[in-house]
Amino acid sequence: MPSLKDLKNRIESVKSTRKITKAMQMVAAAKLRRAQDAAEAARPYSERFNAVMASLAASVGGSDTAPRLLAGTGSDQVQLLIVMTAERGLCGGFNSSIVKLARQKAAELKAAGKTVKILTVGKKGREQLKRDLGDLMIGHVDLSEVKRVGYDNAQAIAKDVLARFDAGEFDVATIFYAQFQSVIAQLPTAQQIIPAQFDDAGEENGPLYDYEPSEEAILADLLPRGVATQIFAALLENGASEQGARMSAMDNATRNAGDMIDQLTIEYNRSRQAVITNELIEIISGAEAL
Amino acid sequence: MADMVQFDLVCPERSLASGKASEVLIPGAEGELTAGPGHEPMLTTLRPGFLRAELEGGAKDFVVTHGFVEVSAESVSVIAERAFAAADVARPDLEAILSEARERMEQAAEDEERHGLERFVADLVHLIDQMD
Repeated sequence: MPSLKDLKNRIESVKSTRKITKAMQMVAAAKLRRAQDAAEAARPYSERFNAVMASLAASVGGSDTAPRLLAGTGSDQVQLLIVMTAERGLCGGFNSSIVKLARQKAAELKAAGKTVKILTVGKKGREQLKRDLGDLMIGHVDLSEVKRVGYDNAQAIAKDVLARFDAGEFDVATIFYAQFQSVIAQLPTAQQIIPAQFDDAGEENGPLYDYEPSEEAILADLLPRGVATQIFAALLENGASEQGARMSAMDNATRNAGDMIDQLTIEYNRSRQAVITNELIEIISGAEAL
Repeated sequence: MADMVQFDLVCPERSLASGKASEVLIPGAEGELTAGPGHEPMLTTLRPGFLRAELEGGAKDFVVTHGFVEVSAESVSVIAERAFAAADVARPDLEAILSEARERMEQAAEDEERHGLERFVADLVHLIDQMD
């Protein structure tokens, strides 16, 4: 049985841990607000962008002259997985769930005889994937110095990916990130970005547009930007998800620390009483012996 | 209102302006155009330049660099990759974009891409000159 002093030290240490997790939870809550605002502010752009792209793609998609970013290279042999995770840990299962999804997909593709290449964004994902899939990695994007993810960051990643695509390094690219649903739920998602896919492609209900320059020219101009837009949206979703996951993880940790303190305090009090009882017995039996 | 269009200007990080406008002057890829109510639906890409919207509260100027515009009879949606309100655009911002574009132009091998970038740079230089 631990001594009173040990128990007391233990309680103090759990208390200070609780202070830290509580503080982290509050920081995450503040950051979550900001991340959600950023995601909210970016939504109109990506929605409109995708709507226009979808209608353009629907009208041009069928033709033989469709750009490679839309039509693909005609093969799906080499697959690039872009795994986007956080730069920091202590956010529950956030990083692991994205990595798990990516790993599953990689295993599936390998089983189907495809070549898999991995590009990681965020340190945590790379650390986890390095162990078993390290030889498939072709690059890493470090965002640890970035305080606030901007469109420029997404553009830089897109530029890298597009350069690799032009160089024929892969045929299909898929991004992995977590979609923010609520503070307690983040949905790991895989989304194919090259060749571009649109949810409502083929659905033509918009007005007939005049195009200036031609449809093909606009599409060729917009497709590379679409890649950046999708990466940007994913980065923002990921940012909000990370903070949400961290907030709930830290909330749990704070609660657990509280429970532990209660338990330890009970144990402490019991041992204290036992010591007092012991001393009393000793005194009484001593007095009786006289 | 029949003589107004819904005007929206969005860029990737935020929505810059939204409101009713009587007409919008757009720096389109193939020349400037003014879009007002009842305009033929069209889609055009942007080139660097000034965009002026006659909003209800008065005219507002913006500087846009790249993106596209969706015009319909009732709305004008500008989807710009980079956009600033003309009042708070700073020359260094534009010059940074310019030097980046120049760099890309140097590297660009394909004729078509190079041609596009050259035009982009020329437009941007023109835009910066206009600012003074």
